[in-house]
Amino acid sequence: MWAYVGRRLLLAIPTLLGASIIVFAMVHLAPGDPMSALMPVDASKADIEAARRAYGFDQPLPVQYLRWLGRVAQGDLGKSIATRRPVLQDVYAALKNSLVLAVSASLLSFGIGIALGLFAAFRQGRVLDKLLSAVAIVGVSVPHYWAGIILIIIFSVQLNWLPAMGAAAEGGAVEYLKHMALPTIALALIPLGVLTRVVRSAALDILAQEFVLALRAKGLGRAMVFAHVVKNAAPQILTVLGLQFGFALGGSVLVETVFSWPGTGYLMNLAIFQRDLPLLQGIILVLAMFFVVLNLAVDLAQTLVDPRIARH
Amino acid sequence: MAHPLAPSIATGEVETVVGAPMSYWRTVAWRLRQDPTTIAAGSLLLLIALAAILSPLIAPHDPSAGSIRLRLAPLGTSSHPLGTDEQGRDMLTRLLWGGRMTLLAGLTPVLVGFVLGTVMGVFAGFVGGLTNTIIMRTMDVFYAFPAVLLAIAISGSLGPGLWNTLISLSVVFVPRVVRVAESATVQVKSLEFVAAARASGSGVWPIMRHHLLPNVLGPVLVFSSTQVSLSIILAAGLSFLGLGVTPPAAEWGLMLNTLRGSIYVNAWVPALPGVAIFLTSMSFNLLSDGLRDAMEIRG
Repeated sequence: MWAYVGRRLLLAIPTLLGASIIVFAMVHLAPGDPMSALMPVDASKADIEAARRAYGFDQPLPVQYLRWLGRVAQGDLGKSIATRRPVLQDVYAALKNSLVLAVSASLLSFGIGIALGLFAAFRQGRVLDKLLSAVAIVGVSVPHYWAGIILIIIFSVQLNWLPAMGAAAEGGAVEYLKHMALPTIALALIPLGVLTRVVRSAALDILAQEFVLALRAKGLGRAMVFAHVVKNAAPQILTVLGLQFGFALGGSVLVETVFSWPGTGYLMNLAIFQRDLPLLQGIILVLAMFFVVLNLAVDLAQTLVDPRIARH
Repeated sequence: MAHPLAPSIATGEVETVVGAPMSYWRTVAWRLRQDPTTIAAGSLLLLIALAAILSPLIAPHDPSAGSIRLRLAPLGTSSHPLGTDEQGRDMLTRLLWGGRMTLLAGLTPVLVGFVLGTVMGVFAGFVGGLTNTIIMRTMDVFYAFPAVLLAIAISGSLGPGLWNTLISLSVVFVPRVVRVAESATVQVKSLEFVAAARASGSGVWPIMRHHLLPNVLGPVLVFSSTQVSLSIILAAGLSFLGLGVTPPAAEWGLMLNTLRGSIYVNAWVPALPGVAIFLTSMSFNLLSDGLRDAMEIRG
């Protein structure tokens, strides 16, 4: 078990390094001169060259990468070109907002999705199962940014119940929750559909196994059989939970844009269109690190739920 | 001369037995035809695809011709049954034209993923050893990014445009297919019939062609089909962010983006491009469900 944990931790290191290479390459292989966004339009050639040397852009890429990695390791992600603030500070503030949205959307979709999936599995082939499967397929097929717009049309434009834009900075908890409601629902739809489908199929697989028949033959009540099924489906469900939480955080770019929610997605959108490369690089890097750690946590949690996994 | 005790077999029957691998695909096709949901989804997709392909012929108006007087006309306006957009361009026409771009941008990356991913995955799985480790570890790195984030990050760095959308989405889907193809290959490779083929002197290529590929293609095909819906949502999503096809081209995600500001004037016309994305992505999901059941592949 501990050997497995250690091996898994070691494996995360090359993944992290690889992710940092991808992030670095993504931004540096991009067309266009990074200096063009950095310098005023009327800057002289000599000034541009001087700034290029000062930023280290005149060095070969591998050297630039290693220097960058060295700074990142010390927690220095550089400064935003647009705001001149340290990137880490902006990303940190945005990440908090994104996490709020991702966690609430995950809780909503995990709770409902797991319940619906189990319901459907235990009523396999009946009307309820078909109905829930239809709901699930709608959930996984819906473009969430469009769902966000529909929610705004219904609840903000037509009914005027909930605000359409931004996060409430003042007005207390109620106002904050009101601003959160629509983006959370929009973000929860796809994970909800995915979870219902995965949980249903995982539970059906287990229900089809002989030990369930044995449990029933032994005279175990419905609740106990249910508990056994849930326990055995847990590792598979856990993997999907990790992936879907990743979706909720990484996929929030589109939803945050629709609702002007001041999270990482919104910030990333800004960085892309202002060609603020240090900021873009910083956001992607921080999110990638977050996901590597998340995947690691899911893997380790799985071995806690099902120790057999560590043995192979 | 035939053995006196051998049952007399008509040549036709012998051929059916020889053609046994064909009958799997025939069974799959038969099962697909028996499934009403699959037929409905397939027909809808066929309709959407035909409408997109034939848009220059069947669209009632010019997709780029607008009229300032007729901006944001509601549904059911005469000669504009689906209304007009914020520049007074006919919605029905632009939805028909828009399907071309969205389908192209959504389907191509999955196709690229299917071909490249299968080649790399089968290669990695078959060769094994250090090559396998290098390929699969590299793929793992791409897995560190959620699909949406990776696509937007690459598109954001490369800048807007159809080509950049295709590149960024292909980078998302290739590693996913590689994983499925590799694990299927490793599984099939360890089966006894491959060992038997090897023992009877088959070379690498015949084993790959006759034993590995046919058994790997099924799972990879089913997996790839599940990814089409995501790819379409992402492709439209990229142009929704302004990172895909550039205006004035008609594309569903882009239309959704430019019409978004008009929901306070005319609530439902701006929602239409999303309906198109949703129906297409749902049809692909239903179709891939049908395919998975018909091919009896778990995934």
